[in-house]
Amino acid sequence: MQSEVFNPGDETNRFIEQADGAGAAVTFTGLVRSSADNPTKRMTLEHYPALAQSQLENMASEATKRFKLLKVTIIHRFGMMHPNEPIVQVMALSPHRQAAFDGANFIMDWLKTDAPFWKYEETPDGAKWVEAKAIDDKAKDKWKA
Amino acid sequence: MKILYFAWLRERLNRSEDEFDVPNSVSNVDELIDWIGENDEAAKMAFENKKLIRAAVDEKIVEHDYSIAGAKTIAFFPPMTGG
Repeated sequence: MQSEVFNPGDETNRFIEQADGAGAAVTFTGLVRSSADNPTKRMTLEHYPALAQSQLENMASEATKRFKLLKVTIIHRFGMMHPNEPIVQVMALSPHRQAAFDGANFIMDWLKTDAPFWKYEETPDGAKWVEAKAIDDKAKDKWKA
Repeated sequence: MKILYFAWLRERLNRSEDEFDVPNSVSNVDELIDWIGENDEAAKMAFENKKLIRAAVDEKIVEHDYSIAGAKTIAFFPPMTGG
């Protein structure tokens, strides 16, 4: 976890350098969204550091076990950020592609609802805490087997 | 017992933490929420819709019926919006 902005390409390259026999690397980058319909001036992510750290570690190890991944890295920012900047990057290495896709997807679905971060958005119309979405709970539930 | 508050809960209470001597009769998270609200009108309002309150006991996310016996730190926060 870090407050500084990161370079998704550099992080991806560094991650892939550790491939060591893997056949597939999947990386996902989440960005600060700002569109014409829904403009955002800036976003602040509040977090609960100790719990966030342990939750991200739990998610990484659960995904590694479940999808037999070779390596997982999660980068998550906190603090103030601007449109188009990266917020989060999840990277998974596995022997074959499906496990890497599924592992990264699994981590992102869990992260949305179970990592203690809270988004505060500043828009031209004012500032507000982003509300949790039912669709995110649904996305997480699909992994319950 | 240390109590932490995050996001809009922290804003509505106008503080990020409390230190309380919680009586032994308060046994779980749900009862703790009620106990905090008993002596604090702002907290009572902030905690009004319990469905929107998530809790962690000693850095473990738990349901409201979870025991707080022996706990050192309890955190209250809204549903998480990370990622």
